[in-house]
Amino acid sequence: MSSALPRRMVAVIPFAAALVFSAYVPTTNAAQTVLNAIVQPEPVALNSAFNTNFPNGVVANNVYEGLVSYDENMQPKPSLAESWDIAKDGLSITFHLRHGVKWHDGKPFTAEDVKYSALEIWKKVHPRGRTTFAALEDVLTPDQYTAVFKLKQPSLVILSSINANEAQILPAHLYADTDVLQNPHNIDPVGTGPFKFVKWVRGQYIELQRNPDYWEAGKPKVDKLVFRVIPDASSRSAALETGEVLYSPYDSVPFSDVERLSQNPELVVAKRGYESSAAYVFLEFNLRNPILANVKVRQAIDHAIDKQALIDVVWYGLGKPATGPIPSSLKNFYTTDGVPQYAFDTAQADKLLDEAGYPRKTDGIRFTLHIDYQPFHEGFKNQSEFIRQSLKKVGIDVQVRTQDLATFIRRVYNDYDFDINTGRWVPMMDPQIGGLRQYSSASITPGVPWSNASRYSNPEMDKVISALQGEVNPARRRDDFHQFQRIAQRDLPVIPLFEQQNFTVYSKRLQGVSVEPDGALSSLKDISIAP
Amino acid sequence: MPALAKYMLRRLAQLLPVALIIVLCSYMLLRMAPGDMVDVMAGESGSATPEYMAQLREQFDLNAPGYVLFGRYLNNLAHLDLGYSFRNNMQVAELIAQRVPATLTLMLVAVVIAAVLGISLGAVSARYRGRWLDEVISTLSTIGFATPVFWVGLLLIVVFSINLRWLPSAGMQTIGGVDGFWPSLLDRLRYMALPALSLSFFYLSIYVRMTRSAMLEVYGLDYVRTARAKGISELCIAVRHVLRNALLPLVTITGLQLGSLMGGSIVVETVFSWPGLGRLAFDAVFQRDINLLLGIFLCSSFLVILMNLLVDLLYAMLDPRIEIRS
Repeated sequence: MSSALPRRMVAVIPFAAALVFSAYVPTTNAAQTVLNAIVQPEPVALNSAFNTNFPNGVVANNVYEGLVSYDENMQPKPSLAESWDIAKDGLSITFHLRHGVKWHDGKPFTAEDVKYSALEIWKKVHPRGRTTFAALEDVLTPDQYTAVFKLKQPSLVILSSINANEAQILPAHLYADTDVLQNPHNIDPVGTGPFKFVKWVRGQYIELQRNPDYWEAGKPKVDKLVFRVIPDASSRSAALETGEVLYSPYDSVPFSDVERLSQNPELVVAKRGYESSAAYVFLEFNLRNPILANVKVRQAIDHAIDKQALIDVVWYGLGKPATGPIPSSLKNFYTTDGVPQYAFDTAQADKLLDEAGYPRKTDGIRFTLHIDYQPFHEGFKNQSEFIRQSLKKVGIDVQVRTQDLATFIRRVYNDYDFDINTGRWVPMMDPQIGGLRQYSSASITPGVPWSNASRYSNPEMDKVISALQGEVNPARRRDDFHQFQRIAQRDLPVIPLFEQQNFTVYSKRLQGVSVEPDGALSSLKDISIAP
Repeated sequence: MPALAKYMLRRLAQLLPVALIIVLCSYMLLRMAPGDMVDVMAGESGSATPEYMAQLREQFDLNAPGYVLFGRYLNNLAHLDLGYSFRNNMQVAELIAQRVPATLTLMLVAVVIAAVLGISLGAVSARYRGRWLDEVISTLSTIGFATPVFWVGLLLIVVFSINLRWLPSAGMQTIGGVDGFWPSLLDRLRYMALPALSLSFFYLSIYVRMTRSAMLEVYGLDYVRTARAKGISELCIAVRHVLRNALLPLVTITGLQLGSLMGGSIVVETVFSWPGLGRLAFDAVFQRDINLLLGIFLCSSFLVILMNLLVDLLYAMLDPRIEIRS
């Protein structure tokens, strides 16, 4: 009787073994070069057609391509399009497409694919395509290898938005006449790019394989590309340190580990590849609050914050103070000429607050504000605490509120129930794509994330914005952008605090890691692995 | 055994209303949370237009009133359809089926380690009560009970993955797998070692303490004295007469733990990148993926209810005095 129990327990063993092997997969050849990379967080779809979440791009831009890619000066260079000409009146752009390119299923790539992607994807389901490609009226396909973009008005922004990340070319033969959002190829992509999709094991990894028919000879240089999903930040550092993973873009390790990883003789912490998606960290004010509607209060807050200390203390030195809403890496648009600056000066802040009519009360406090932060990164929480402390010194009591993304978006962009909103914005390579919304009165659109939440509205600003959107002359357009920066910093509905420095951690064994401005979001076809 | 069959039937019939209440409550809670999946998707995308958001809401069927949507959900359930996760571009049933084996394996291995080690240590502790061995085991189990699981996990990674480089730090198997049955089993065991250990660490201490106190109670009973008087060896007394009679409370604990391990492993799943149900559920909450979350709740509640049923049956098997009545 007493020995019956162990025997029953033994009976469990085959059951457990069956579970262990339930996901057993036989393997392939082991002599291949494999590039193990990290993608964090896990993508939600393997294209950027309707969700431009950057992890989607980090993986999918190896499978899909755009008409062009960008060189170090952010000028377009050939990809699926070999060349292009812009009509004199600026009302059409003709793309001459690469011959002999095949989709991964063997079908030829033609102008029909471009037409479909532009009209049905970018202009219909892409989150910002409707805005970026607002001027695009039609795409003509005089022959298989020519696509002519017909524009309602000249639009220089288009040429800065047609790389693999902003405007993917999807296969018309697999997407046309389907429901794009539920198309099975959203998780089983068929592209023209250097890598073919093999499989996606949810929660574990995404495996891609070298495309032997890729149009650029000799590329890609590795046989297999595996993006691993490692949800814990410290575990990602560990995977890089053990060499289990060789490449990890987009700040995927804790900031507190960056210093240690830079000391590691086997690793490189690189800061290139993010210039086109340079971000700045901001404070946005709700101008519906009468206190914040007073520009002196906003200026005082700007004076009260030591930006360099914020960068050093909260962000481990990964950034530099911003001078306005356009990051300095966007050299074609950036200026400091005549752009008002508010240096760290608490005495000046105190003076401005007194002038604004908010003297300190007996407890030393002038008024109370709430700050809500984008819940993408613990850094923003620490930053909110830093701001709370900074403003306390000038008599402003700040309360930090924490919530998840959906709650945050409803609060700030739908209910407008906030005082200060902090986080980061990415103006993109041409700031017309992502850098104007917060300042344009046309973008006061309730319920739409990252629109104009402050309710800032200035006809002078609106005029500059609409002028630069239709401007054909690059020099005049640059002047408009300069004017935009001056007005933004004068009116100060938003304080651009500092330019955030993104970084990639990779193994010294890797060669050919991209330093192009969109490198972190482009394919890994140039990377090879030293033994 | 018709009584047993009847009993099982009745318990299984109880499953339905319980599951229904769970689904209704979680549905209402989820609907009360601010924001929806479209807010999340537009938020992550970094930009959006009102047209884009309206189109997505239309497509994801988020515009109808809550009770209509819930009715539709129940109707789908009646057709054994857990729905579609727009967030993951996949059927919910498929997503869950992918994760269940990983969660079950980790959970069972961890419980087995905790139970076997914990009961043995507890038995030793009770046998040598008050001596140094007992002191050492008690102290260690107190430390184990007080240490957060994620910290144990990270510590194990630092020691065994980074410093010694013996075991992998993340994942569930070598990517692409390993050839052959035995090498593949070994590979999986290597990946499972650290997460299973961290997960069992906490539970182990509970087993130690429970076993110790239950056994001490039994040691004081008359029949143990009788057994000693008969001249039975101490080992035999400890295992056959004392431990067996002290097992009932341990079975109760195991049943409870199997239920809580489903949720409790979120932390371990995150630290070790273990692709289990806990993480899927955790992500679904933040992504407001109601279909997916409801599906997971349903599956987990079924699992918990089944585990409880198993435990009840096990009682009867271990202690003939307990009868099963329908």
